[in-house]
Amino acid sequence: MKQHTLSVLVENRAGVLSRVAGMFSRRGFNIESLAVGTCEEPNMSRITIVVNGDDGVVEQMMKQTNKLIDVIKVSDLTARESVKRELALIKVAAETGAARAEILQIADIFRALVVDVGAKTLVLQVTGDTGKIDALETLLRQYGIKELVRTGKIALLRGAKTVKSSK
Amino acid sequence: MKTGARTLIEALQREGVDTIFGYPGGVVLPIYDELYDSSIRHILVRHEQAAAHAADGYARASGRVGVCLATSGPGACNLVTGIATAYMDSIPIVALTGQVPTGLLGNDAFQESDITGITMPVTKHNYLVKDVADLDRVVQEAFYIARTGRPGPVLVDLPKDVTTSPAKSGGTVPETVSLRGYQPTYEGHVRQIDKALDLIARAERPLIYAGGGVVLSGASAELLEFMETAAIPVTTTLMGLGAIPGDHPLCLGMLGMHGTQSANYAVTECDLLLAIGVRFDDRVTGRIETFAPNAAVVHIDIDPAEIGKNKKVDVPIVGDVKAVLQAFLRRMKKRGDTANWVSKINTWKAQYPLGYCDDGRLRPQYVVEQLSDILKGEGIIVSEVGQNQMWTALYYCFKKPRTWITSGGLGTMGYGLPAAIGAHYARPDMPVVDVAGDGSIQMNIQEFGTVAQYDIPVKVVILNNMYLGMVRQWQELFYDRRYSYTELPPVDFVKIANAYGIEGLKVEEKDGVRGAIETALATDGPFVLDFRVEREENVFPMVPAGAAINEMIGVRQR
Repeated sequence: MKQHTLSVLVENRAGVLSRVAGMFSRRGFNIESLAVGTCEEPNMSRITIVVNGDDGVVEQMMKQTNKLIDVIKVSDLTARESVKRELALIKVAAETGAARAEILQIADIFRALVVDVGAKTLVLQVTGDTGKIDALETLLRQYGIKELVRTGKIALLRGAKTVKSSK
Repeated sequence: MKTGARTLIEALQREGVDTIFGYPGGVVLPIYDELYDSSIRHILVRHEQAAAHAADGYARASGRVGVCLATSGPGACNLVTGIATAYMDSIPIVALTGQVPTGLLGNDAFQESDITGITMPVTKHNYLVKDVADLDRVVQEAFYIARTGRPGPVLVDLPKDVTTSPAKSGGTVPETVSLRGYQPTYEGHVRQIDKALDLIARAERPLIYAGGGVVLSGASAELLEFMETAAIPVTTTLMGLGAIPGDHPLCLGMLGMHGTQSANYAVTECDLLLAIGVRFDDRVTGRIETFAPNAAVVHIDIDPAEIGKNKKVDVPIVGDVKAVLQAFLRRMKKRGDTANWVSKINTWKAQYPLGYCDDGRLRPQYVVEQLSDILKGEGIIVSEVGQNQMWTALYYCFKKPRTWITSGGLGTMGYGLPAAIGAHYARPDMPVVDVAGDGSIQMNIQEFGTVAQYDIPVKVVILNNMYLGMVRQWQELFYDRRYSYTELPPVDFVKIANAYGIEGLKVEEKDGVRGAIETALATDGPFVLDFRVEREENVFPMVPAGAAINEMIGVRQR
């Protein structure tokens, strides 16, 4: 089992996300994370899906996704040079001055931004690959994480190569 | 004023629709008002499920897109089993459903159901039309998607305000459909084709495993020419019956769970398996690890997702079966020497014929044999699901494609009678016979009403054993004869038929079988035959679930 990152270019229409997500769940494919949003083409969206599976299973996932009429292109970015990023917002308890100072120091090391300061909490914004965010989360747990939200991974190929409509 | 409903009817006419199977209701009133004086024939069924099955039967018999129509909510929901049936067997139908007005969508309005959400997993694609300006395009796309590539059902959901609002004028319908997310591959890759031909030239024991894709692609003539030119024996799936003549010397009949011994032995011993328009279904393969264990596998299919899904493939060829077989015929330089293999298969065929205890009792296999002998392939045979379906598959000799109509993938009981209605409208020139069991006929028996109303000359052959026979068979073999809820009390089907104004005959003796079938076929209108067959007859041979396909029970040896 290996983690794969799939980039899926779709028509920007009502119900597309439901078609893609529904197909994954009914065929028993597990989604680790999913991020969707508009992209450079006006009528298209890009979905980045992170899945776990051996090569045969991932090949089936890609073929079944490609069969959906509203799906324009499916690419597996795993084996290719790509930039992968996630964003997380972490609300961490910072009731004492000492804790607050330590958290700010950790944030600095991780190049996380403090985006909210409350009397008893700080909200940090961090971007990076999955491992970096996992590491920050682990470090902050000792202070008490009140709430955490992650976007799911998004990814682009490095260099001039693109995942474009050609299906 | 031209309305959305009028636009819809005109769009259907442009697609060549001559028949719609449907059932009216509140939100489809505007469509029904347009149908009232339209040239499109509408057949009023007795349950929406039957409308979907009839559209499916029409599509299978004709090769064209079948159309059904239902109202919102319960009407649309009742189509679902029929749509799923068509989806599993890749049958092109377009299902039109009414919907509550767009302003009420999502409001739990009266007779509202999210039918596009409900049918997402069982349609090739579906549409909710929210603007009358989209109607022409959507209908055109729906028919295009249904019939091209790997065919399948498409649903179009039509809110009432869309069908009542004024048509947007000036819209021209494009000549061709172009969808950037849907471009099926028809021509096979030449290098892959040559690789396959190279394997064929070297194979000593090649076998063709042909399925519904051959029928859907209209590739029977090509398959026949190829198998004869290359001298390769052929076994077909349930869906592939009729793709080649069942009495062809190279034909081994059906393979799989209820396949012939010779077909299942051939799969196990072949050194090259040419899988054409098939999907390695579990009912075909048995335990997949032991399916064709000694063979290199070539798989031809129009759907790339089917290749490598269940079985590892050595030479994948994505393309339309007809186009690929034409390329095979054009490019084949050398055939392998298959004489020894063919003679081994002929020995198996002689040694292990299909058979049953042909004594003086009325046995279901005998009924099917007589039907086959009388019709000689010149008719359309529809079946229900269960023992009736398997006996028909085994004992009827199909000679032409599209003369065998059955629910294979989904295995839908109650499919046969409404599908037979659809088949009649597709091929009014052909006799249509529904072979049924007493269980499945009762799942859509209300369609006797449709048959009677339009005097549809469908002949219903009921193999009546007063059991849900296939389940009873499994209980006998694997559950120690504990017949849990599989016995049905006797029903007088002739009386039911008569109540609808349909003629019928009850047959209890073997001697009466042939005469009764001849009487039914000689009658102009519909006819119901109630054959009281041996109650505990089993379908053999049989591969128990989870076994390899050469591990059959109930086998016979001559």
